[in-house]
Amino acid sequence: MDIIKKGDWIQIHQVILKPEERAAHLPEDTKKVPLELWVKGFALEDGKIGDEIEIKTVTGRKVKGKAIKLNPRYVHDFGDYVPELTKIDMQLKEILFGGDCDE
Amino acid sequence: MNRDMSYAAVMGRKNEIMKKAIGIDFDAFESGGISFDYERMMREAGYSLEEIQNIQSSTGVGNTPILELKNLTALARKCAPKGKGARIFIKDEACNPSGSFKARRAATAVYHAKKLGYKGVIAATSGNYGAAVASQAAMAGLKCIVVQECYDSRMIGQPEILEKQRACEAYGAEVVQLTVGPELFYSFLCLLEETGYFNASLYTPFGIAGVETLGYELIMQFREKIGRDPDKVVITHAGGGNVTGTARGLIKAGAENVEVVGASVDLSGLHMASDNDFNRKSFTTGHTGFGIPFATWPDRSDVPRNAARPLRYLDRYLTVKQGEVFYITEALSVLEGLERGPAGNTSLTAAFALAQEMDEDQIIVVQETEYTGAGKHPMPQISFAKQNGIEILFGDPDTEIPGQNIVFPNHPSKIKLRDFDLTKAKTSYIRNAINNYGKNVISNQDLEFLAKDTKSNVDFVLSVLTDIGVKVE
Repeated sequence: MDIIKKGDWIQIHQVILKPEERAAHLPEDTKKVPLELWVKGFALEDGKIGDEIEIKTVTGRKVKGKAIKLNPRYVHDFGDYVPELTKIDMQLKEILFGGDCDE
Repeated sequence: MNRDMSYAAVMGRKNEIMKKAIGIDFDAFESGGISFDYERMMREAGYSLEEIQNIQSSTGVGNTPILELKNLTALARKCAPKGKGARIFIKDEACNPSGSFKARRAATAVYHAKKLGYKGVIAATSGNYGAAVASQAAMAGLKCIVVQECYDSRMIGQPEILEKQRACEAYGAEVVQLTVGPELFYSFLCLLEETGYFNASLYTPFGIAGVETLGYELIMQFREKIGRDPDKVVITHAGGGNVTGTARGLIKAGAENVEVVGASVDLSGLHMASDNDFNRKSFTTGHTGFGIPFATWPDRSDVPRNAARPLRYLDRYLTVKQGEVFYITEALSVLEGLERGPAGNTSLTAAFALAQEMDEDQIIVVQETEYTGAGKHPMPQISFAKQNGIEILFGDPDTEIPGQNIVFPNHPSKIKLRDFDLTKAKTSYIRNAINNYGKNVISNQDLEFLAKDTKSNVDFVLSVLTDIGVKVE
């Protein structure tokens, strides 16, 4: 699964600025961590996850970085169900259509 | 050719890179002091209202419907004193091609880039503007790169920003994602230099002029459908472009008497450049973390002179709480059948409270909505907040502490008006101008400029200057 073939769609990672290279006047927590970058593109060479691989992005830029994911999926969704929101919905309908606003 | 790509070297080439990437000679509008010729810049470096209407209609942007929110108005009236509760309307900007009013700004920026012969456009944004630029670039056949501040140092991304990444990629753009920090600007400059693409900044004269059609259209729609101008327009305020462009459009429509009200989500206490705070907020835009710094110093943006100057236009500035905006987002959905936002509902939340101090025959308009979906919805935002240790409560929204809890109002009457003191903002702006230019003595031209840029008067500016020991020559 970790094998990357030339032409595969992958996501790479780079460290842009090490903590000591970062801008002045950062909050203390941000100062301690590097500035990192992720970008996706087609692998220009064979390799495996964790290797330094050069990619060609959709705009045609060539960028080299550590391969972290093959066919990276979108991970965002609608989250866990939030019952509090349904309570709000019920209250709103009750106030407007089934009761009085001033209790 | 091996350029020095170190942070200091690239930042040192900032002006040179920017000039190539934006095609505007900002020096032409400078006075040599604090002041610059704002109106001439808007006229000469931007486009006329008619030109923009043509550009936007050719890409399906604008002419979004005005909807009256009758149930939300009824709810506000139930909470208001007798006879109070203005009619609430919304301009459904989610109907734009990329799902938000930002399509208006992007349409003019991309048109301009294509006209000048650029092969591609780059925008630095984690918000709807990225999707808007990507969508417009797709139509124009230009390449597009969107640079996002997206992850904290654990590579955990804000759901809303992850959704914007997906949207940008759906429109065919390359998305470059970064961890938290102002050095995003460094990466942005590197990309501009590498590609020679156009800087589709949010803050150019044509970007801001792109929003003027929103204000203008709104007035024309009211005159046609309702027979009169609205009394107040409420505008979500972050970087200042929404307020500035809309207000300029109102003025161009001859609606000078309409009150311009800004609204932002209160995120006080959270540091915008903090790795820890980054994922402790549930709103990635329309909040005070942008709204206040951009109002009190607009020229902090990615262009030498920001065309978005909100203090020139704001009559009032209100803050709302995160829990209140989620609550009103639910109300819009279950009482009006419109699933929108949440961030775009910041101004709607303020309007809901503001309507209650207005008479029933008055009209208040919220001038935008935005699309919703996975990541960009109360459900993923609240469950993400819970995962990050934020407490979710019902109660008095005034007890909400950004980064610690989200307090849903236990009753809609708990959604309140909270005025941000504009006099304080204007004072900070004047102090910032003096500090940034390092002046002890300013010209009469500067004095008049500062009065205009703060929608105040010469006496007010003089009183602030006296306090900080600055003289007028």
